[in-house]
Amino acid sequence: MSQAFTKSMARNIFYGGSMFFFLLLLVLTFDTVKSLPQTDNRENLTAQVAKGKHVWENNNCIGCHTLMGEGAYFAPELGNAYKRMGSKEAIIAFIKFRPKNGIPGRRSMPQFNLTDDELDAVAEFLKYVSEINNQNWPPNIQG
Amino acid sequence: MKYTSQMVAKPYFIAAIGLFVAQILFGVIMGMQYVVGDFLFPEIPFNVARMVHTNLLIVWLLFGFMGAAYYMVPDEAEAELHSPLLAKVMFWIFLAAGAVTILGYLLVPYATLAEITMNDLLPTMGREFLEQPTIIKIGIVVVALAFLYNIGMTILKGRKTVINLVLLIGLVGLAVFFLFAFYNPDNIVLDKMFWWFVVHLWVEGVWELILGSLLAYVLIKTTGVDREVIEKWLYVIIAMALITGLIGTGHHFFWIGTPGYWQWWGSIFSAMEPIPFFMMTIFAFNMVNKRRRQHPNKAAVLWALGCSVMAFLGAGVWGFLHTLSFVNYYTHGSQITAAHGHMAFYGAYVMIVLAIISYAMPMLNGRKVANSMSSQVVEMWSFWLMTISMVFITLFLTAAGIVQVYLQRMSDDPLPFMVVQDKIEMFYWMREGAGLVFLIGLILYVISFFVGRDQPEAQLPK
Repeated sequence: MSQAFTKSMARNIFYGGSMFFFLLLLVLTFDTVKSLPQTDNRENLTAQVAKGKHVWENNNCIGCHTLMGEGAYFAPELGNAYKRMGSKEAIIAFIKFRPKNGIPGRRSMPQFNLTDDELDAVAEFLKYVSEINNQNWPPNIQG
Repeated sequence: MKYTSQMVAKPYFIAAIGLFVAQILFGVIMGMQYVVGDFLFPEIPFNVARMVHTNLLIVWLLFGFMGAAYYMVPDEAEAELHSPLLAKVMFWIFLAAGAVTILGYLLVPYATLAEITMNDLLPTMGREFLEQPTIIKIGIVVVALAFLYNIGMTILKGRKTVINLVLLIGLVGLAVFFLFAFYNPDNIVLDKMFWWFVVHLWVEGVWELILGSLLAYVLIKTTGVDREVIEKWLYVIIAMALITGLIGTGHHFFWIGTPGYWQWWGSIFSAMEPIPFFMMTIFAFNMVNKRRRQHPNKAAVLWALGCSVMAFLGAGVWGFLHTLSFVNYYTHGSQITAAHGHMAFYGAYVMIVLAIISYAMPMLNGRKVANSMSSQVVEMWSFWLMTISMVFITLFLTAAGIVQVYLQRMSDDPLPFMVVQDKIEMFYWMREGAGLVFLIGLILYVISFFVGRDQPEAQLPK
């Protein structure tokens, strides 16, 4: 780099630039948090949904699935699972009847031995997630 | 080696390499599970193998960063480490915490682990990369604070170089942004949004400062180029990293329930994220071309140059491929993401840690500056095997991802996820093959430490 461009100029760009864009990130973050009620479906965030999120977390569902595209890519997207499967009952039945020892040669979801209440909660959670306004992602029902 | 306290870096490096090997073994297991779905099922379900694979990566890179800091900071500050004892104690605490966590993942169902570690008191588990029990997360914070104290005190009493300062800013940022791991609201949109304050602001933010600092250090040491020149480059690179990367966080806010304006902010700023990586490549090659002296440690220079190239390809080019929102709409959460993740982590963070290990380890083992030539030859073979196989892993996953995106999301008659997975099986087999070559490269890398130990150090040609 040329001699006219000094180290202290580079340093000032670093401190000034990072500071400015960090503040901009904070402003945008603040604005986003303020406008989330319009998109995040919080009016339907019931105690059962919150419980469902804990069931989701405590069984590490994200270790195989994606949720709104984030997670592992080993098993189907679940952000729209409620719409794809059609009902809470279909979700519950799928999770409930997974074979304990898997399916020979195939990927199979483990049997998590969830209680009826946990099953209902996680289905309720997936229904809630499917109703979040996330700019119409995924492109189609297959996720 | 000028300061005896630099020796505390050695166990950190050894642990990093050991955990690296374990990480790759689990990677090979997962690659197999992609094609033989019931491989090791139900003993090691995919989600468990993945947790082990990703968490080991994070832990060993942190071991690498800490070892690098313990080696580099006293050298740069021209002062002994504030407390070598504290560094040794923290090593064992961190190693024990890591081992307990991994064993916990492997030995009991995750829900049981959540229960016995009382996750309900402060639920933080079950989110990607942040799967560690809450008590372990608290332990990580304690270790990080003790580490920062130790490094900070050393820098404070010694010479304050730009390289040390940048490293310190990076490490403080690492610790601060980790605190978002404790914020886990019931609202999934908020949860996801602030989860990225750990993940994005680490790997596309403050970790780049650590990377830049370590790269600059290795280049100063191996090329003898004037410090003023190197420091100027370092400032410009990290300035660009944060200027683009901070708002670049927005490329994760396209489809998670956050406002649509992020598609503009995220696309524009993250499209510029390759710039600092490109500058890093120019920087590294420029410095080596302008070197004032030859350095007998050829392997270390190779890792440093390779790091700058692979970081640009993996983080820069492969990141850019799917970062624009209208592309990402189709590629989000597909094998394209996996392809990018693999090469970016390897190129940017694995290779910089291996570069600093390569530079420092000979001295830590009592050599003057370099290993014997035969050891370096084996190490350089491992460099090429690992690097080329990672290129192929990335290419195969990219191919898988393109076909997946087309069949599942773009064709007239979109197919279900599992049907598509069957159709792209061939790419997964090839990826597994490349993964096995990577493992062979890694085994060679480990072997290189035991080759030619009784031979004289590599000499420069007269």
